[in-house]
Order: sequence, then structure tokens, then C-alpha cells
Amino acid sequence: MSETLVFKRPDMLRNVGFHYCPGCTHGIIHRLIAECIEELGLSDKTIGVAPVGCSVLAYDYFNCDMQEAAHGRAPAVATGIKRVHEDACVFTYQGDGDLASIGTAEIIHAAARSENISVFFVNNAIYGMTGGQMAPTTLVGQKATTSPHGRNQKYAGMPIRMSEVMAAIEGAYYIERVMVVDVKSINNAKKAIKKSLQYQMEGKGFSMVEILSTCPTGWGMTPLDAVEWLKKDMVDYYPLGLIKEGN
Amino acid sequence: MGKVKFKEDACKGCRLCMSVCPKKILKIDETKVNPKGYHPVTCTDLNQCTGCTFCAVMCPDLIIEVYR
Amino acid sequence: MEKRFMKGNEAIAEAAVMAGCRYFYGYPITPQNEIPEYFSWRLPEVGGIFIQAESEIGAINMCYGTSGSGARVMTSSSGPGLSLKAEGISYMAGANLPVVIVNIMRAGPGLGSIQPSQSDYLQATKGGGHGDYNCLVYAPTGVQSAVDLVQLAFDKADEYRMPAIILGDGVIGQMMEPVVIQEKKPIKVDKSWATVGWKDKNRPRAVINSLSLVPSELEEWNLNLQAKYKKIKESEVLYETYNMEDSDILVVAYGSTSRTIRSAIDENELKGHKIGLFTPISLWPYPEKELKEATKGKKCVLVVEMSAGQMLQDVKLAVGDTAPVHFYGRMGGIIPTAEEIFAQILKLGEVL
Repeated sequence: MSETLVFKRPDMLRNVGFHYCPGCTHGIIHRLIAECIEELGLSDKTIGVAPVGCSVLAYDYFNCDMQEAAHGRAPAVATGIKRVHEDACVFTYQGDGDLASIGTAEIIHAAARSENISVFFVNNAIYGMTGGQMAPTTLVGQKATTSPHGRNQKYAGMPIRMSEVMAAIEGAYYIERVMVVDVKSINNAKKAIKKSLQYQMEGKGFSMVEILSTCPTGWGMTPLDAVEWLKKDMVDYYPLGLIKEGN
Repeated sequence: MGKVKFKEDACKGCRLCMSVCPKKILKIDETKVNPKGYHPVTCTDLNQCTGCTFCAVMCPDLIIEVYR
Repeated sequence: MEKRFMKGNEAIAEAAVMAGCRYFYGYPITPQNEIPEYFSWRLPEVGGIFIQAESEIGAINMCYGTSGSGARVMTSSSGPGLSLKAEGISYMAGANLPVVIVNIMRAGPGLGSIQPSQSDYLQATKGGGHGDYNCLVYAPTGVQSAVDLVQLAFDKADEYRMPAIILGDGVIGQMMEPVVIQEKKPIKVDKSWATVGWKDKNRPRAVINSLSLVPSELEEWNLNLQAKYKKIKESEVLYETYNMEDSDILVVAYGSTSRTIRSAIDENELKGHKIGLFTPISLWPYPEKELKEATKGKKCVLVVEMSAGQMLQDVKLAVGDTAPVHFYGRMGGIIPTAEEIFAQILKLGEVL
């Protein structure tokens, strides 16, 4: 019997192990982006921008030219790249602290200019790399090291739904929220990621895919419990699906 | 008939693959400890594997290759 | 060559265009607004890109992306904006990225005022952001000098792969002078490190980055930066002198202040004393040896700045005990007049 390899690591991911914690879904998202770039034949014309946060080392993982941006500044850096290399496929990979807190000005204005880039926004409702502090996306009642009794709406306000914020900006062409907790949702996430890259290559302008992701370590849960909490509590506040297409 | 191959040394024992296996033939091998310090996942009955790729799709660390 | 009558800020922008700069990202702040305004119509004429960024932070990070992509790029601002850019400048210094940054200084601290000042000297020459780094810093003394230094700054930034700052002040930015702006072909440098998409597999994958989590590797990275800075200190010092022969009082001033002092020297006679002028053009690297040499045989040194005495620190370090160092400064956006500087020199003359 001859065996065919039906699932393997994409060439767009370098052959180095991820540093992520057990069960963290960053790795799945890395793979989906890498596969989409590869399947669209964009491998040698892609320039990625890594953020500050857990995925700070993304430049070590994607097998393409990469730039490492300061915290929150990836959309500005991507702008600077795309304006030089208009035909390149330029993406940013950003977490929720990076994109929804310190980098709000950069992301909003990249969209306002309708920069022709793809933004992959990984929302795990916490600051992972710095040790689990409260993020702008942390849910009310969710415990974090700077909200030890759970996020208190009275003092910390309500979490930001970034995709809805971005959809209100005229220059944003495509905004969708997905998750990566089971095979079906992962396949959906891949479709959204691919769509975003395709739209960029068609010159449609700014697009962002928000990917709900687990942080078992930061949340203080097992990976399987984290998946369940995401599906129930996170999705309840951050509804999945297409938020905007066309402008 | 399918076949899964694990890069055991890279497994972090997160169990996400186990949660999506339709045949429930994946389990943590508690008799082993890999160089990372984790009990790696293993397949209890390769004969039952259909090569559906679900485990590989779910694995955040890309330690699974699937053959059919 | 055609002489044009131009405002300093506009001449700076045109000099950049003529040096092959096709990308400019900026944010409005007085007294440098003519720079982004000029680029906004001029760059599209030559196929370049102008973006009015969301903030100075946005602008410097666009510079990071463009410089990392291999193109010549400029941004400009004034003191408060430079404070915001400090983060990005540190990242660019750390990632070995060339960029030309113009600071048309206004009076601080805080919001201060829009009037001319030289109070960002320490910010520019001692780093200004976090970490062990330096930027090339050039201080023009007039509009032609600004043009020449902008074009030099692009070449030097490319040659050494680091940020270069044009430290002007409100006077330089706002005054009009006749100027010649010639096309300056960029020096040839290897930019195979730039992110352009990894088609050419003969070169390593391009990664623009300043992160290095292994202490020994980060130390080595720093040592490489320091080695570069040492080489620059040895070979890139620029300064001018005026009326040095037989002078017994040496005035040290940079930028527009040195112009005022030339007038003070030209228009006044000081009984029994002759005044020399030493003008550092590169503020980093500072002309330490050259200044020390120039003070030999002088009775005293007078430092004049539009600040509380920032360059004064470098002068004292350079001069040591060769001659006593005195200081005269104005703040708040007040430009010292030739008369009041002359009065200061006169006082020194009486003391001597």
C-alpha cells in the first residue's frame, strides 16, 4: 500500500518549534496564514510585520521577509512597507494589547487610509507575554493579574469590540470575526484569512480578521477548559461572523 | 485506512487533538516524558485511524503528519 | 547654478527630493509645517509618497517600514513631536535603519512656545530614547547649510545604517535666503538586508528587528553599534571656525546663534581683544579634539546658546582645563541679539 502525505507543515512556516504554551492557539493561526499565503502563490512576495506580545517572535516562524514593529505600531510599519512595495502581500499579526490598546491610533488610521494590507488580529482577552494582565478585551468578571477579583466594569469599563469599531470606518473593506477551537471553526477561520489576502491582491484595501484565541496559561485553565470558555463566554460577547464586506 | 505520525519530542501534551478525534483513539502516554518535560500524545489503535486529519488541524504545534 | 530665494523649511524639503528621497511621513507642528506642506505637492510630482500620519509616532513607524524596505525616507517635527518619535528612533537605531529626521526646535519644556530655541540639544545628541544608541546630528547655520547637510545626512545615514538628525531651529526653518539646490545622486550602498519579498533565495531571509533575547547576543549587537559609533567619531566630525587668528576670546555656538555671533564679530570692535568663533556642525559626533585644539592659547571661552546651557556640557568636557568656560543663554524663544552677545564679550574682556 502506498501512503500519501495528506497533512504536513507548510513550507511557509520555518522548521522551528513554537515557543507558545501548551494548548495556546497561536500556532494554529500561524499555520492557517502560512497555508493561505502558500496556496495563493504569494510566498515570495509576502512581507509580514510581527507585533509585540506573545507573537513577538512571529518573524522567526514565517518563512518570508519580516519586520518586527514596536508595540502597537505594526499598521504604521506595514503602511511604510506597502507604499514602497505596492505589489507585495503585506500582513500584520497583532494581539489584543497591541492592536486594541496601545495601537488604536495606528490601526484606525491605517483603515481610514484604506491601506491595502491584511491585519490578523488575535484576541485572547489578556496580555499573555507580560504575565496575564487585564487587556482592553478582558471580559467583565474575568480574572487577570491586574484585575485579581475579575474585571470591574465600574472601574475598568467594558471590553472593546474592535471588529465593530473597525467596521464603522469607511476605509475598511473586509472585517470578519472567527475562532479556532475545533475543526469546523478552524476551516472557517482559514476561509476568512484567505479572503483577506485575496482582497488585498485585488487592491480592495484594508481588511482585518479577528481571531478569537485561547490563553490557557493566562486564563488559569486547562487547554480543553479554555476552548470551552472561549466558545461560551467569549463568543457571547464577541459574536462570530462577517461584520463588513465592501465599502 | 490512515496513519498518523507524531513528532513526540515536540508535543506539549495539550490534549487538543484528543478532543477532535472522531475515533477517540488518541491518548496521553503517561509512561513517557519527552525532552520538553511533557507526556506526549500517542495513538492507541492505528488500525482504526481513517486519516481524517482532524488531530493535525487542531494541533497548535504542528507535530502531526497524516498519511492515507 | 540657479540661485533661489527660499524659506529654510522649504529648502530642506527640496534638498531631500534632490537627494533621491521619495517618501515623507509627517504630522503638523509649528515651526516646521512648511516641510510637510512642501512635500505634499512636491513628492507626487516625482512619483513619491507623502502621508500625513495620525501622529508623530505613526510617522516614525512608517519611516521604519519604508527604510526597512530599502527606500530613502524622511520625517520632520519640532521638540514635542521628537519626544513622541523617540520610541521609533530607538527602534530604528537598534534595527540599523537609515532615516533622516528634521527637528526645527521650538522653546520648551512641555508645550512651551513656537518660538526658536536650541533646547533639544541633549535630546538629540545623547540618544533621546531608550538604550545605548546615538544618531548622527547635524546643525545647519543657515538655509544653504541646511540644504547641504540634508543631502549629506541621507548619504551618511545610508552609509552607516542609522538615523541622522538635522537639528535646526525656528530661525533656520523660517528665514529666507538665496540658495542653490543641486541634484545629489545617492551613494551606492548594499541594501540586500531590506524586506522586498524573498524572491532572491541567494540572500538570507530579510528580517528587520531589534529584539535579541539572548544576553550575550544582545551585548554583541550593542558592541557592533558601539564600534560603528567609534568609527564615526573618528571620521565624521564637522565644524567651522571664523576669525580665529590671534583671537584671545573664543566663542562657541552652533546653528542660527553662530550667525548672530558672526555679526557681533563683524560689526563690533573690542578694544585690545579679538574674538574667534568655533561652530560645531556635527553635534554628534562632537568635534571634541578640534575644539580643545582651538582653545589653546585663548584667554577664555564663551558658549552662547538658546537654552539653559546644554551644549555647554560638551564644551566643558572637550576644553577641560585648557581655558575657563563661560556661558550666555536665552530661553523661552528669545533670540540673543548681536548687541547683547557683544555686551557679554565686553564683560569678559573687562575681566581678562
